[in-house]
Amino acid sequence: MTQYSIQNTKDSKLKTEEMVLNMGPQHPSTHGVLRLELVLDGEIIKDVIPHIGYLHRCFEKHCEAMTYPQVIPYTDRMDYLASMYNEFGYAVAMERLLKIEVPERVDYIRVIMGELQRIASHLVAIGTYGADIGAFTPFLFCFRDRERILHLFEITCGARLLYNYIWIGGLSHDLHPDFIRLTKEFIKDFRPNVKELNELLSYNRIFIERTANVGVLPLETAINYGVSGPNLRGSGMKWDLRKDDPYSIYHKFDYDIPVGKGEKGKVGDCWDRYYVRVLEMEESLKIIEQAIEQIPEGDVTSAIPKRIKPPEGQIYTRVENPRGELGYFIISDGSLNPARVKVRAPSFVTMQVFGELCKGWMVADVVAILGSVDIVLGEIDR
Amino acid sequence: MKTAEEIFNQLKEKFGSSIIELRTDKPVESFIVINPLEIDKICSFLHDENDLLFDSLMNLSGVDDANGTKEKDEKGLETIKGGTLSVYYHIESTKLKHKLTLKTSTPREKPEVVSVTEVWKGADWHEREAYDMYGIVFLNHPDLRRILMPYDWEFGYPLRKDYKNPEFYQGMKVPY
Repeated sequence: MTQYSIQNTKDSKLKTEEMVLNMGPQHPSTHGVLRLELVLDGEIIKDVIPHIGYLHRCFEKHCEAMTYPQVIPYTDRMDYLASMYNEFGYAVAMERLLKIEVPERVDYIRVIMGELQRIASHLVAIGTYGADIGAFTPFLFCFRDRERILHLFEITCGARLLYNYIWIGGLSHDLHPDFIRLTKEFIKDFRPNVKELNELLSYNRIFIERTANVGVLPLETAINYGVSGPNLRGSGMKWDLRKDDPYSIYHKFDYDIPVGKGEKGKVGDCWDRYYVRVLEMEESLKIIEQAIEQIPEGDVTSAIPKRIKPPEGQIYTRVENPRGELGYFIISDGSLNPARVKVRAPSFVTMQVFGELCKGWMVADVVAILGSVDIVLGEIDR
Repeated sequence: MKTAEEIFNQLKEKFGSSIIELRTDKPVESFIVINPLEIDKICSFLHDENDLLFDSLMNLSGVDDANGTKEKDEKGLETIKGGTLSVYYHIESTKLKHKLTLKTSTPREKPEVVSVTEVWKGADWHEREAYDMYGIVFLNHPDLRRILMPYDWEFGYPLRKDYKNPEFYQGMKVPY
């Protein structure tokens, strides 16, 4: 695969003109309703203009009419592949605003749920990425494993996708009696599956040809655009908010932060971004294993305040969501409803750099690049 | 690592009256209030200066302060006259690991803030969102269009506190 520069056709007698091609809003590889306006020179991308907003549900306006706990189910519906983490972030932000200390057991359960959610979300990212490029089998393998995690969530809180589980100051339920046993079984079964996935997809010759050296994101550009999460780490920066801006109890665990090393091509190409996610699943497993060993007994609902009325003030809190930096900017005017809730959605910020990534590549590579940045439209449009 | 107070003093020395005040009275977060028409220069200083190096814009968010005079019309719906709209900037340095919050306020009747897209390209869509939701005009922005709302939306700016739903949108009754 090579990146093309636009040919100078000024002196040629051939007549050429730009063509505009619409990709989406209904296109299987856009993972939702996203319209990309591709400006083409032949088959080469000159510019990409993303059009978003098809899934806009006025999240921020709704929040202003809700009380603070009522916002939680709405946060679920932003990034619907990582709902647990959205709740986690909101709960952390509100607890800092209210200055609540949560019981230790709550923190442990939140970390376990958050990391399980990270694995589930990365499995979707990896599986659909394979399917986008033409490998359908890994998709089925990934969804088989994700199903186990969704089952764990289901026995905990009764829902498979939108949980309303992590509340301000606590959790809605304690763990199911079988949860620990089933999670241990899952970890034992899942490790060999990651190896299998690597053989099937990561080191597949065709897959590498399609992704290595494609859509390289230089680190300087990534930081300037505010790209975060696996996409930033794919460009080679060791930056993870779990370590760099600690929250909850992540400091108690021992784990690594994988970064892109340019193993198959250049640092920051599609393959690096993809492979960082594969490695991160292993690190999440390590965290879950340690948390399960250390989890203390306790009451998970004892710190939930009866009436949530924060003092006048404001806070910006961010957490490391599977897609990157998820930030909540909350302004309280001292009443029962928030005066302003702004969400800094990682996919929203990452989508801006997409045009830069695609320039000079072919139409078929747009699909490969879009899959590698792993966006969720529910979060972009809110 | 620098505290907000140290940065405030440094900015005050360099830019004088454009740096309005440092607010630490509100709980949780302190912020520096800045003149909206000088913000691009101040931000590029924050971005480039060797002991500041704010290389990343975490968040940019429009806010309706709703501090003007409120009037009710015959339907009981509120209209706000006067007062300000604000923009909050949350910036950080990934190299020096410090964070800062900036605030700038602009009059509600003619909200104008200079764009910081030249400094952080990631500000582009955030500013478009603030324009879309609050009608804050970002001067020198390369491509200021609506982003989340439909491009033909002509019923005002939805996140303003005195926003009223239209009766009809393209022939469809809105409060159905």
